[in-house]
Amino acid sequence: MTLNRRSLFLSAVLAATVQFGAIGFAFADITLLNVSYDPTRELYREFDAAFAAKWKADTGETVTIQTSHAGSGAQARAVIDGLPADVVTLALEADINAIAEKTGKIPADWRGKLPNNNAPYTSTIVFLVRKGNPKAIQDWGDLIKDGVQVITPNPKTSGGARWNFLAAWAWARAQNNGDDAKAQEFVTRLFEHVPVLDTGARGSTNTFAQRGIGDVLLAWENEAFLALDELGPDQFDIIVPSISIRAEPPVALVDGNVDAKGTRKVAQAYLDYLYSQEGQKIAARHYYRPFQTEGVDPADLKRFSDLQLATIEDFGGWKEAQPAYFGDGGIFDQIYTQGR
Amino acid sequence: MVLDIPADRNVAPRSAVTESPLTRMVLIALALGFLLLFLVLPLLAVFVQAFAKGVDAYFAALALPDSLAAIKLTLLVAAIAVPCNLVFGVAAAWAIAKFEFKGKAFLITLVDLPFSVSPVISGLVYVLLFGSGSLLGPWLTSHGIQILFAVPGIVLATIFVTFPFIARELIPLMQDQGTADEEAALSLGATGWQTFWRVTLPNIRWGLLYGVLLCNARAMGEFGAVSVVSGHIRGLTNTMPLHVEILYNEYNFTGAFAVASLLALLALVTLIMKTLLELRYSRAGSLSTPH
Repeated sequence: MTLNRRSLFLSAVLAATVQFGAIGFAFADITLLNVSYDPTRELYREFDAAFAAKWKADTGETVTIQTSHAGSGAQARAVIDGLPADVVTLALEADINAIAEKTGKIPADWRGKLPNNNAPYTSTIVFLVRKGNPKAIQDWGDLIKDGVQVITPNPKTSGGARWNFLAAWAWARAQNNGDDAKAQEFVTRLFEHVPVLDTGARGSTNTFAQRGIGDVLLAWENEAFLALDELGPDQFDIIVPSISIRAEPPVALVDGNVDAKGTRKVAQAYLDYLYSQEGQKIAARHYYRPFQTEGVDPADLKRFSDLQLATIEDFGGWKEAQPAYFGDGGIFDQIYTQGR
Repeated sequence: MVLDIPADRNVAPRSAVTESPLTRMVLIALALGFLLLFLVLPLLAVFVQAFAKGVDAYFAALALPDSLAAIKLTLLVAAIAVPCNLVFGVAAAWAIAKFEFKGKAFLITLVDLPFSVSPVISGLVYVLLFGSGSLLGPWLTSHGIQILFAVPGIVLATIFVTFPFIARELIPLMQDQGTADEEAALSLGATGWQTFWRVTLPNIRWGLLYGVLLCNARAMGEFGAVSVVSGHIRGLTNTMPLHVEILYNEYNFTGAFAVASLLALLALVTLIMKTLLELRYSRAGSLSTPH
């Protein structure tokens, strides 16, 4: 080789650096970061666009909303580790409490700063089964029949999974006249029927729907409807159990971050807009039960079936339920190691 | 480094094979079958899925702002990580192969560390180092420096994971070549710098390019470590592998496989260049060593 040796290597390296070095990111006037949980992707895609349009019309400012989605517990962890969220819209109160306790970026009394315990929409837990319901699953009791495989994510990392867990518990408790020991026995047997624990709700949906594992998926109502929409109503049926739980996915302003970034006003407006008629309409369209039904399309409302709903208060609220059921060494840890 | 291809011509090469033609055919069929099943078909499936809704849908999926941002970020990260590891790899290999010093074995082990550590851990160490709860975290925050959940964190994690590729490629090569050439150059009056540019570097050029290629492929394809430090902000901190997962999870299969096909294409290009380099390498190797 008689090439100029110096240029041989440098040219290759320099070409790459110069070519890509100039890439930067264009920022709009204001950016908001909404750190959310798994199944809200479609909801916030539409809501963010609606809010940006409204903010532009009201103030003339351009706001770009960035979103991040993963398991609710994992997202809370990321915010604790420093992910600069302006608002968090997570699957359950306990995850926002964790941020408040560990960082102080959210005040301890955040719950109640917005209407309806900071939950602009609610949901519940239903069953998604394969078309025609071949295993004849009608209620929670059918889930522990021989040969039934149940798909649910890991309650340690997924908010939806914790609602699944508590909904099952609520049903068993009602069946046994409030006997918690019997309820624990049922939930233990239920988890013996779970072949795989994904980290988030969407992962479980994919395990069930794409990979074809399991006979029944315990899912957010909105997630179950979305799976029907996206993957075809000819593949799955939704089964509504006799008792489920009223899941309240809360939202909160991350005070510490919005003050540091100077985005308090727009972040607050963003959360308030969730409670507006337009926000509620969008939530209902994406299969979340709206907080108030005025102005919401009745056709959307008709899709939500009436059923008996337990609430988190039946478990002493999240402050008690979280450590008791899902903390280290809590009931879930006990039954899961026992079940294996 | 002496190739034995010319020597083979004088010996009767066929005598070595004693298996019957049938055994040979079965073995070859088995090997090809495995390749087809585990390599070619999955690769094909990626492209089939990507083009399932037509060529227009394919390019439309790639032209989405979030996809473009992911592609740009991946290129940017590789463009920073690879040169960093290039400099480090050459320096480490040079030090290890050409000098004798205490703790050399330990240094080699350290260079190999990222290979033996799970990528998730590689990401978590940066969370522990730069996270809000860490020692450095509060200082970084008060100075407005965002490392975690931003581009710097992704670059750091990528550098960590791709650390050994170039050094590992060069160390055996340089050890093999010994220090004779360098000693000759120095004894003829060349400075250390001149020796490096005119003697050492040309000797290792093909090995180096090979290492850069592998390093680049991994830098663009890394998932685990980057996933931990990325924060998954759409259009901002999602690299291509992360974006594939996100699109897949959103039932956007065309988009997911379109981006995946780019990564697969990268793998194919790497493979072809690697083969070309190997050809080059073996020819150049026999030319450059005996001076």
